[in-house]
Amino acid sequence: MSASEQVIQLEKTDPKFVEEIIEYGSKIFGREHMETITACFQCGTCSGSCPSGRRTAYRTRLVMRKALLGLKDEVLSSEELWYCTTCYTCYERCPRGVRTTDIIRVIRNIAAKSGRMKEQHKRVARLLIRFGHAVPITDEFKEIRKALGLSELPPTVHSYPEALDEVRKLIKIMKFDQMVGYQESG
Amino acid sequence: MKYALFLGCMIPLRLPNLEYATRNVLAEFGVELVDMREATCCPDPIGIRNMDYLTWLAIAARNLAVADEMGLDILTLCNGCYETLKTAYVTLTEDAEMREKINEILAKANREFKGKAKVKHLLEVFYHDIGLQKIREMVKRPLEGLKVAAHYGCHILRPSEILKFDDPENPRKLDELVEALGATPQQYEMKTLCCGAGLRNVMSEYSIRMAREKLVRVKEAGADCMVVACPFCFIQYDMGQFEIRRLTKERFDIPVFYFSELLGYAIGLSPRELGLGMHRVKVDRVLKKIR
Repeated sequence: MSASEQVIQLEKTDPKFVEEIIEYGSKIFGREHMETITACFQCGTCSGSCPSGRRTAYRTRLVMRKALLGLKDEVLSSEELWYCTTCYTCYERCPRGVRTTDIIRVIRNIAAKSGRMKEQHKRVARLLIRFGHAVPITDEFKEIRKALGLSELPPTVHSYPEALDEVRKLIKIMKFDQMVGYQESG
Repeated sequence: MKYALFLGCMIPLRLPNLEYATRNVLAEFGVELVDMREATCCPDPIGIRNMDYLTWLAIAARNLAVADEMGLDILTLCNGCYETLKTAYVTLTEDAEMREKINEILAKANREFKGKAKVKHLLEVFYHDIGLQKIREMVKRPLEGLKVAAHYGCHILRPSEILKFDDPENPRKLDELVEALGATPQQYEMKTLCCGAGLRNVMSEYSIRMAREKLVRVKEAGADCMVVACPFCFIQYDMGQFEIRRLTKERFDIPVFYFSELLGYAIGLSPRELGLGMHRVKVDRVLKKIR
């Protein structure tokens, strides 16, 4: 990394980004919950506790810092944003009461809204809309279920497809089908 | 005791042997299960929720509303389903504004979240509703001499302010359940470390390396086997051992049990009645140690 890359250029920051995060998350978790991000004093308990950070370049502390500095594009387009497993260890341990994991979720929601989500997650979502299960049945597992003496299809929406219509209706209302690129035929 | 059984995805569709074992074990305890026929995916607490929280909440609320209509508390077999459904339950119970908003959406599908059906994890049912005493009385084949490393998984413990199952840093309940079967709970380093399943879909190599971290500690501690309470953790540690072998050439050979299986064996069910032949890491060697 060259020296110029380490310099944060003010014109490339969005000072309103942290307010955008708080505002977006307030509708889900309430304002008080979200405002805890401003209490972060960069102690690093989150990164030190992070099971993903042991193995990947994901650094919770860095995400918090960058969010507070307004480095919006960097935060929203970083690959590492998707490496949190949501284990909530940092959430439990933060000495400043920052609601880290929920804040990460909100930042991911904001990223997803502008199309910056993982293709793998979109695929899971499309399976949910198509089958009602994120991991649908296969012929192999029909056979295994039968061999065990269980019903070939589990007694869920897989056996009662009229319930799936309900779910699709809800998903359409939320416009979630558009978000994940679901098409009824394909 | 009677519950609405919420199967989720991973157990009925990829690990049906765990569904089979759990149904057989609960029947031995006289627990009645009513299938939630209209239930879908919980939905998945990581992928779906991280793209659109409100869609996740609405679909979870619909599953809760199905149980409300059945008039029964929900029994979940998976930490992921447990965290999704319980977080949704607590959110909609405590946040009147959110409840109104979600119920307006659910009304379009003729559903309503009433908050009557509570959400229980399988371990809660064993620990609280059935109880250690009853379990001890049912044990016919005490697992004496077996050192069992308990892996709780994240989404049964944290966020503790919502789940309230056990101490998030020093959980004891699964160890106590293991002890009730006559086995010895084996303590090991990094007991509350995540299995890495949440990363499997996005970054499978790192996910497997995360699972390895714990297997190394379990092996070092000298445990005979592991016990888990979640199908995602089960896959990470059972099938995961073969993926690690491909990646690092290490061989762990640590059998992994889902709690119902270990309990079922202790109360005298046969390996066949528990579907134990379907494990990737074979369990026979460990079972022989008991006799």
